[in-house]
Amino acid sequence: MGLIVSLGAVLAIVVVAWIGGQVPGLQGLFGIVVPYVAFVTFLFGFMYKVVNWARSPVPFRIPTTGGQEVSLPWIKWSKLDNPSTTAGVVGRMALEILLFRSLFRNTRAEHRSGWLIYGPSKWLWLAALGFHYAFFTIAIRHLRLFTQPIPGLIEAIDKIDGMFQIGAPPIYLTDVVFILAVGFLFCRRLFLPKVRYISLPADYFPLFLLLAIGTTGILMRFFFRVDIVNVKALAMGLASFHPVVPEGIGAIFFIHITLVSSLFAYFPFSKLMHMGGVFMSPTRNLANNSRMKMHVNPWRTPPKFHTYEEYEEKYRDLMKDAGIPLERE
Amino acid sequence: MYDSGKVIIGLVIFFGFFTFAFWYNMGKAAPAPKPKLDTPVIKKMVKKQCIESTHFMRTTHMQLLNHLRDQALRQGNRWYTNKRGEKVWISLQNTCLKCHSNKKEFCDKCHNYVGVDPYCWDCHFDPNRSKL
Repeated sequence: MGLIVSLGAVLAIVVVAWIGGQVPGLQGLFGIVVPYVAFVTFLFGFMYKVVNWARSPVPFRIPTTGGQEVSLPWIKWSKLDNPSTTAGVVGRMALEILLFRSLFRNTRAEHRSGWLIYGPSKWLWLAALGFHYAFFTIAIRHLRLFTQPIPGLIEAIDKIDGMFQIGAPPIYLTDVVFILAVGFLFCRRLFLPKVRYISLPADYFPLFLLLAIGTTGILMRFFFRVDIVNVKALAMGLASFHPVVPEGIGAIFFIHITLVSSLFAYFPFSKLMHMGGVFMSPTRNLANNSRMKMHVNPWRTPPKFHTYEEYEEKYRDLMKDAGIPLERE
Repeated sequence: MYDSGKVIIGLVIFFGFFTFAFWYNMGKAAPAPKPKLDTPVIKKMVKKQCIESTHFMRTTHMQLLNHLRDQALRQGNRWYTNKRGEKVWISLQNTCLKCHSNKKEFCDKCHNYVGVDPYCWDCHFDPNRSKL
């Protein structure tokens, strides 16, 4: 069900952009207005979400303790999995963000001849890491269309990505990795019953969207050729606030840019916010130093005590009249 | 907001990274370059046309050149029949560069604009670049 809904949503975007990109009056909408609106939604939606998270108090230290915490000197302390210092937290976060360490520790349970066996399961980690790095490189590479003159680093990345010089224009390595990795992540949801059972439209939709973005990009580069010089003129128009829609850009380009705009606009409202969220996870970014430092609940106000002395002071006369013994006459 | 110092630094990095293209260009427009078609040979032509249509050449010349290279050098067939039915002798230096003798004003203009560095010139040489 979620599968059909998500596929339908992505196909609807494709059809709308396909038709819209061919109507001359609507090219400005799909080439300029939609990308700007989507990008602004992304930027400010992202920052709003992060600020909103930062406003939530985290009164206790709640890091996941993936190893022995700091203890007596003869007990071996797992510095990265249970950090108690800022440096340790930085190391843990760096490994998490750059290498997906917690996903690397993923295991799989299996029944084999009556035994429950836990074994390593690295494919998810490999596909996830491959996808993220490929997508990051692809995004950086696209800056060649948004900058003039093109920074040397971006040109170098572009060259390395196409270093095998297969065909003209050359095939990018990251394109291959991207499609394989997203395909794997999608097939995993589709064919593993346990994963499929917990998959929602919000899980399928980004995958379809990414697959559609990759596919249209590859189609545009190798099959339905567009005039790349005019594409850059459009991109430069967007980046320099002098928007123009040059003539002779094929429909496939409008499909591609509308899908990318959809991804940008959808980003702050979806699971994709893990890009900001990974930095904000209290289970990762807190040092486990509960036994060394006093952590005061931020909303704590000192409680009001009513001591017996104050009580006696208040009711002194009444108590005296009733003959109740007083501590101070 | 808690840890506002760290969060704001993070958000500034995020914003700066994603708006890189905007502040790098500083609002400077960079319209598409116009490759020059005023070489002596083209000027003399009565009907100014390439071996295929302008739109096809603009979008797909790299795939065509790659295909022609394979056909000429790997299959040994140096005759290309274009969509108009004309036969063209496949040779970058003697056919393409005969008309487009201005690599700097023709090839390089767009290639530099979109950051493409084709490896044509690893083997071929531009006869007009330097006369030894």
